[in-house]
Amino acid sequence: MANILAFAEQRSGELRKVALENVTAARALADATGGEVHALLVGAPGIAQKAEQLGKHGADVVLVCEHDALGDYNAEAVAALAAERIKSGGYRVAVFSTSAQGRDLLPRVAAKLGVGVVTDVTEARIEGDAVIVKHPINIGKVIATASIAGTPAVIGLRPGNTTLVENPKAAKVEQVQPVGDPSAARVKVKEMKKGASAKLDIGEAPVVIAGGRGLKSAEGFKLAEDLADAFGNAAVGATRAVCDDGWRPHSEQIGQTGRVVSPDLYIAAGISGAIQHLAGMRTSRTIVAINKDKEAPIFKIADYGIVGDVAEVLPALTAAVREARKSH
Amino acid sequence: MKIAVCVKRVPDMDARFRISADGTSLDEGGLKFDINEPDAWAVEAALQLKEKAGQGEVVVLSLGPPAVQETIRKALSMGADRGIHLAADRIPFDGFSIARAIAAELKGGGYDLILFGKMSPDSSNGIVGAIVAELLDYACVTAISQLEIADGKGSAKRELEGAQEFVEFTLPAVLTVDEGLNTARYPSLKGIMAAKRKPLDSKPAQLGEPMVTIKSLAMPPARPPGKIVGEGAAAVPELVRLLQNEAKVL
Ligand SMILES: Cc1cc2nc3c(=O)[nH]c(=O)nc-3n(C[C@H](O)[C@H](O)[C@H](O)COP(=O)(O)OP(=O)(O)OC[C@H]3O[C@@H](n4cnc5c(N)ncnc54)[C@H](O)[C@@H]3O)c2cc1C
Repeated sequence: MANILAFAEQRSGELRKVALENVTAARALADATGGEVHALLVGAPGIAQKAEQLGKHGADVVLVCEHDALGDYNAEAVAALAAERIKSGGYRVAVFSTSAQGRDLLPRVAAKLGVGVVTDVTEARIEGDAVIVKHPINIGKVIATASIAGTPAVIGLRPGNTTLVENPKAAKVEQVQPVGDPSAARVKVKEMKKGASAKLDIGEAPVVIAGGRGLKSAEGFKLAEDLADAFGNAAVGATRAVCDDGWRPHSEQIGQTGRVVSPDLYIAAGISGAIQHLAGMRTSRTIVAINKDKEAPIFKIADYGIVGDVAEVLPALTAAVREARKSH
Repeated sequence: MKIAVCVKRVPDMDARFRISADGTSLDEGGLKFDINEPDAWAVEAALQLKEKAGQGEVVVLSLGPPAVQETIRKALSMGADRGIHLAADRIPFDGFSIARAIAAELKGGGYDLILFGKMSPDSSNGIVGAIVAELLDYACVTAISQLEIADGKGSAKRELEGAQEFVEFTLPAVLTVDEGLNTARYPSLKGIMAAKRKPLDSKPAQLGEPMVTIKSLAMPPARPPGKIVGEGAAAVPELVRLLQNEAKVL
């Protein structure tokens, strides 16, 4: 029997989708050995309300730490608390996400515990004394199977890689106290600027409309935004070429030096398909490419391709998607 | 201001990688290597801070086989002052081991800042910087895309998913550098000449036992071949049909 800890990432009082992914994956690990899932939820007073949602995806217990200085991500305080909880709770595996927050948090927690850590994990299982994980290396061109020795193992899941499963459990809330004084941290968040608020993030959206230089200008991205709008559950991403030119913010960059996404549907519009871009989207479930050059490498990875001018194809697709969604 | 920058020698990702006969490493034959790009941004950031302050020292550290000395020389030719080579047969996959060796070397060195690139594309873990920070008990800010240091304090910007975080931190600190902070300078001919005479110390890396080891490597499963649905807007109805009926994503 092995209990698993899942970190319940939140931002501005809302659970991130990766929180539910962590709980879902932790549930699968726990069920394989007959253990429990405990979720760790840290935030400003009131965050305990979110425990129910974690229970729906399989948390037996939700450890809640509420504090005024924990509303924004407070790396030092959260790492100290997580490490202390993981140690005292005797967990076999601690499951985080390789989100921006998770990437920052994971190594700190592992260092405090003096245990092994692997990020960007696409599969994990407990095997005897080891936790065996799959982790893409060399921008996804090679898949490593690695063994983490010792207990607990700290892992960061690849965001979007875990399909959410509902598996209702009690979600018994247990209040826990911060370790030390959270307001005494050496790093303080002064300000959080959110992108256009109503918009989905590329890491969470089931559909990503990604644009490249083929969209011609910052204004040209209106075509991608319109299509995202038609889907209703889509976010707009971009290539590095486009972000470097300032057409889109770097936070939307997908690829080796940007974000790694695996949505249900990835539409690449006016993107050549450089290997560094593929590194960030090749695990998407369905890939559509629209490019006027039929030799463009993006067609090699696409499930469906249209050879054509984005200026003509995107508006037609936008209209067709609107129509299709209407008739649902 | 005393700044250490930790840099990694990485293969060019354009290559076709081959798995070695041992099944747990990649064949390095024919690969081209260079400094990890985010690490070059970290070197650039250190040089800019030193130039702005008008004084200080930039120390470049790299861990690995003798060939990493080339990577250190590159940073020296950009303008760093001296190099430290932590010698190991190969660069381990386990970031914790790397961090332990780096922390052992930099401990007590009086560094105000220790800079890293946010991640290297080969092992793709992005954990070394923050572990070093913990081991040395430094403040730590990861994945920064803006940086200001003044009066013994720093401020930085971090890109999150769909948001930006502006933080203030105290020195000494470990920072990891993301895209957007700067563009790394090219070494000048003069810089390359000067780098040849700059000190470069080599000593064994204190790696300790790895906690994470690679059991096997494999090529990713090939995607089933796709199809060209058609040309231009005329192909849109068929694409929509496929998305609805075959892929079931619409
Ligand atoms: C170390 C390193 C890291 C990198 N990291 C990343 C990364 O994280 N993410 C990333 O994306 N890139 C990255 N790159 C850059 C990458 O190599 C490519 O340069 C980049 O992805 C190209 O972007 P693009 O497809 O928008 O532009 P291009 O390669 O210029 O392609 C534009 C495409 O649009 C098509 N097109 C033009 N006009 C039209 C039209 N009217 N209708 C339809 N199609 C049209 C063209 O046929 C072409 O295929 C990295 C490079 C390096 C060296």
